[in-house]
Amino acid sequence: MNAAKYGSIILITIVLIAALAIPLSPSPQSWLEFPVIPALEQKARNIFFHVPVAWTTVVAFLVGTYYGYRYLKTKNIDYDLKSVSAAGLGLLFCFLATITGALWAKFNWGSFWNWDPRQTSIFVLLLIYGAYFALRSAVDTEEKRATLSAVYSIIAGITVPFFIFVMPRIMGGLHPGAKGDPQGAGPVVQFTMSSNMLVVFLMGLLGFTLLFIWLLNLRVRTARLEYEHSIQQS
Amino acid sequence: MLLPSDFPIFENVEMSAISSTYALVRKDIQSELRTRYALNALLMFVVTSVATILFALRSDQPTSTVLSGMYWVVVFFTAMSSLSRIFVSEEERGTTMTLQLVASPSVVYFGKLMFNTVLTLSLTLAVTVLYMIVFSAFFKIETVSIFIITVILGSLGFASAATIIAAIVAKANTRGTLYPVLSFPILIVLLITVMNATAKSLDGEPLSAAMGDFQVLVGYILAMTGGSYLLFEYVWKD
Repeated sequence: MNAAKYGSIILITIVLIAALAIPLSPSPQSWLEFPVIPALEQKARNIFFHVPVAWTTVVAFLVGTYYGYRYLKTKNIDYDLKSVSAAGLGLLFCFLATITGALWAKFNWGSFWNWDPRQTSIFVLLLIYGAYFALRSAVDTEEKRATLSAVYSIIAGITVPFFIFVMPRIMGGLHPGAKGDPQGAGPVVQFTMSSNMLVVFLMGLLGFTLLFIWLLNLRVRTARLEYEHSIQQS
Repeated sequence: MLLPSDFPIFENVEMSAISSTYALVRKDIQSELRTRYALNALLMFVVTSVATILFALRSDQPTSTVLSGMYWVVVFFTAMSSLSRIFVSEEERGTTMTLQLVASPSVVYFGKLMFNTVLTLSLTLAVTVLYMIVFSAFFKIETVSIFIITVILGSLGFASAATIIAAIVAKANTRGTLYPVLSFPILIVLLITVMNATAKSLDGEPLSAAMGDFQVLVGYILAMTGGSYLLFEYVWKD
């Protein structure tokens, strides 16, 4: 786990410094200059935070659903602890993605929220997490809570492809990858980034993923301790 | 007072899956017709919410988008008030164990799914008739084919998602409030699509214009029913 810990600290520090400090230039000459993207300009720096955080939200959701599935298969309560820890982190990253996205939307599109397909998806993901924790608090017994929340996270996971692949094609929007976007309405946004931006961007993706792995490990360990403590008390 | 001998399902356990599913649906319909709990609540809910819309609109002329949106809002909240009954009533009457003994989980799931589909279809029928009476000036279905297909697929989709959530909610403590909370994120894809398609039918667009919506609906129903079928056993068996 030390690899994830130090890796994420180093990578995110580099990304933080590089994304904020490297100057923009209309015709970049050296490695330490980002090109100016029309209409985005200084606001383009947000891409190094917003996209990795949104990516980590999806990773956390998949990890949580996967451990839920493992719990249903094995009935080992440890998988439920992992699942709920991943879901908690997913909620945190989901908030961060919503906030960074809303701020970016405010300064690029003019309002914090305009029901773009991607904004609708992240809103629904927030609702799913909210419902997931509401369900968990409404069940008393350990096993039942684990089973029901695992089933719910898988059922919710079934609807996620509809948001990623289907909704952007039906609804028009401003986010890259929406209907009417010249790059085509696809789930994967085609990035045409300059190579030095791409390096920082990929470091951001890796850094935030490692951060998630590190935090997940910490949370699972505390959850195990709390679980053992609650067993001993009862 | 209902006795186990009232239901054919208990007399002959060695039945095929289809006939026991049918027996389960018949048992649910029979017990519903005796109490008429869900039907009455459903009808009153529809009348109340449509009346509220009428008060809110006063003499304004609603557009087709507003009308189709309101239509599915009424269907959503009415469904949320009554579709969870299907499993909650089994828990309240203490008949869950018996049902677990006499029928396999897939039979129970498909039986309950069919009953919920019937309930949702009658609900949409009630809303449509009421809409045609009170909004006769604005609620004109121009493309009937789109409207009928949307209502049927929408009801199926509603029932498929609502049934598995009802099974989950029946095992939790705070059932009434939890049900819409859990259902809304799952149903939101369906709601957006059926509102879209219904608006098209009111605007008089040709049938081909709604094909994309129908594909989404069919995909949603298949994914949701398949997923629920695989997962139902975990929820149902304690």
